[in-house]
Amino acid sequence: MIHVTEETRSSGPVAAERAGRAGGKASPGVSDAPHPGGRGVRSGAGFGRSRVHRLLLLAGALGLLVLLCALSIAVGSRQIPLGQVLAVLTGPHDTQIGRIVWDVRVPRTLLGVLAGSALGVAGAVMQALTRNPLADPGLLGVSAGAAFALMLAVGVMGMTSLYGYVWFAFAGALAASVVVYVVGGLGRGGQTPVKLALAGIAVTFMLESVTRGVSLIDPQVLNRYRYWASGSLAGQETATILQVLPFLVGGAILAVSITPALNNIALGDDVAAALGRRLGRIRMRGALSVMLLTGAAVAVAGPIVFIGLVVPHAVRALSGPDQRWLIPLTALLAPCLLLAADIIGRVVARPQEIDVGIVAAFLGAPFFIALIRRRRLAEL
Amino acid sequence: MSAARERPRPAHHGRPHHDQPHHDQYKHRPGRGSTSVIEVSRVGGRTAVRLARPPVSGVVRPRLLVTCAALACATFAVLCVSLTTGEFPLPVTEAVPALWGGGDPGARLIVQEFRLPRALAGMLAGAAFGVSGAIFQTLTRNPLASPDMLGITQGAGVAVVGGIVLGLGAGLGTQTLGLTGALLTAVLIYVLAWKRGTTGFRIVLVGIGVNWVCVSATQYLIVRAKVYQAQEAVGWLVGNLNGRGWESARPLILALAVLVPLVLVLSPWLRALHLGDQVAGGLGVPVQRARLALLCAAVGLVAFATAAAGPVAFVALAAPQIALRLAGTARPPLTASAVTGALVVLGCDLLGQRLFPDLELPVGVITGVLGAPFLLWLLARANRIGSGG
Repeated sequence: MIHVTEETRSSGPVAAERAGRAGGKASPGVSDAPHPGGRGVRSGAGFGRSRVHRLLLLAGALGLLVLLCALSIAVGSRQIPLGQVLAVLTGPHDTQIGRIVWDVRVPRTLLGVLAGSALGVAGAVMQALTRNPLADPGLLGVSAGAAFALMLAVGVMGMTSLYGYVWFAFAGALAASVVVYVVGGLGRGGQTPVKLALAGIAVTFMLESVTRGVSLIDPQVLNRYRYWASGSLAGQETATILQVLPFLVGGAILAVSITPALNNIALGDDVAAALGRRLGRIRMRGALSVMLLTGAAVAVAGPIVFIGLVVPHAVRALSGPDQRWLIPLTALLAPCLLLAADIIGRVVARPQEIDVGIVAAFLGAPFFIALIRRRRLAEL
Repeated sequence: MSAARERPRPAHHGRPHHDQPHHDQYKHRPGRGSTSVIEVSRVGGRTAVRLARPPVSGVVRPRLLVTCAALACATFAVLCVSLTTGEFPLPVTEAVPALWGGGDPGARLIVQEFRLPRALAGMLAGAAFGVSGAIFQTLTRNPLASPDMLGITQGAGVAVVGGIVLGLGAGLGTQTLGLTGALLTAVLIYVLAWKRGTTGFRIVLVGIGVNWVCVSATQYLIVRAKVYQAQEAVGWLVGNLNGRGWESARPLILALAVLVPLVLVLSPWLRALHLGDQVAGGLGVPVQRARLALLCAAVGLVAFATAAAGPVAFVALAAPQIALRLAGTARPPLTASAVTGALVVLGCDLLGQRLFPDLELPVGVITGVLGAPFLLWLLARANRIGSGG
């Protein structure tokens, strides 16, 4: 009944077409009718992937996340036997090992879950809003905008409280995404992935070079910036991490609220408008969601690339293109990738650590290149 | 139709010209063994030039020629300023003869050993950045696709920073390391973008992916480094001409002497590839081979320039675009891009040396700070010009 093999290979316009159906009121069975259109529509039953299958996926993702959280608490650059970790988690906190677990590993894991979710959902929303398979907050310069604004707020103005500087991150993320999208959309052919990606990297480099100029005037800025700029889950206190929670929850609610509209947008802006969607409002809500999620994640974890690119693609292969499932599943699976990257970074270079942003780039870039090679240019 | 195609190419007396308005000039076209060496004619409101041997023809663009000449004059003027000013001012009448070995020994020492090699390294690196940026922008048909954005200079950065921090190949020096890093990265990008041939877009996107890896690797090395190593690494990564001598200028001279003529010989292919792969193929250009040859030349130029001066920000991106606007051409002009690049690097280096009396700013900081607003302006206009995707 479930056409798994066919479904996992579906991508591109075919997938988009199915996604569009999801947005309407059509129930899964409706699209079973034969259609002269082509292969994708004929296998319409594939769209009606059973709810059981998807619930199983959701449960599996949740299980994986719990497993990786446990692993992230159990494994570190300092080797502590599993029994002791368990004893500390349930018992007294004031031993040395207790402090390592409760003050270092637990906040780090918590941050990994939150930042990973935020970046993954932001990437999924960006991909859906622009119908651009190569969208990612890091790749398109949104993280760089937030990071630059944070460098100004923390490095130059010397702000220390999160509620003081997080607004800068939001403003920077919004400004950078507006610049990248406007620039990427100019000219013949409108927005294309190549133009957007180039605009993103150009904005990133521009901000980087200004940062270098600033850090030359004030070497203290360089010293603080170089640790934070590579993207790390370490060194934040639980209290700070919890402070960004409201922004992340707000961004996530916004993202979930526009999922049916995103399904319509997959059919094309004209069709979505004809189906009664108000594109301007939906884009605004989407942009707001991306801004909140990316800004807050960058404020606590630094700029991390490729998480928002890789996970939505992987999820699409598993669950199909319906955004109402894709975004929650991404929210569960993106932290898995981020935590896995963090654990790898802690383990491979013992006793030193490699920052998670660097591991993520090394894991994500091959995926990115494979994605470019796999798709035909017309679909890109 | 096929008969018409197979008809032998008409000689100038072969086909009646009754429907061609300006067939007269073809009648006078020098044939083989003609004594006329150069022929100038007006075609469609433009002046065309044709050489008998080697058989080369082209359109004279007065604005392009004037632009090149003006830029060259400006570059020479800046060169004179950079040779004559400094801690030990020299009058022009002494500095310029010292270039050719005249003047008094003191002036000759200062000019030939200290100021000239640095200025020359800057000019040549700028010219190399300019030409290579022009090639990349033309091949990809996107004004933002410069070697900086595609990870080639970042590859050089990884090699050099790795050398500084890990002590890998410490005996090789930054020049060899930078050169190797840039060339290896370019090969990697080309191989990864290969899938029954390459396309400009795939090279751009794969380059961006490789770029992120290189940036992350550099960042990791800098985080790991001791403070003095990090400072040295960042000093190189900014793009710096401080204390460059003949040992930096000489490889650049050789590289440019080989690669720039090569690029000029290949430029008809470049012109055809700018029209798109299919049109170029239809015009008889071997698309894959032509692109590979042009990319090799461009990568060689940028690799040597980066090895000598470090990744000077935005020159490869901005110089071709400035030249294009000055000369009013449809695509970045090669020669004018080279001269613009030379002028930009030389001028910015001079500015960096003289701006603050007791602080010598690296040239890359000046180009970065000046280049950022230019890039913003370019970004706002860029995709109107190129088709981009």
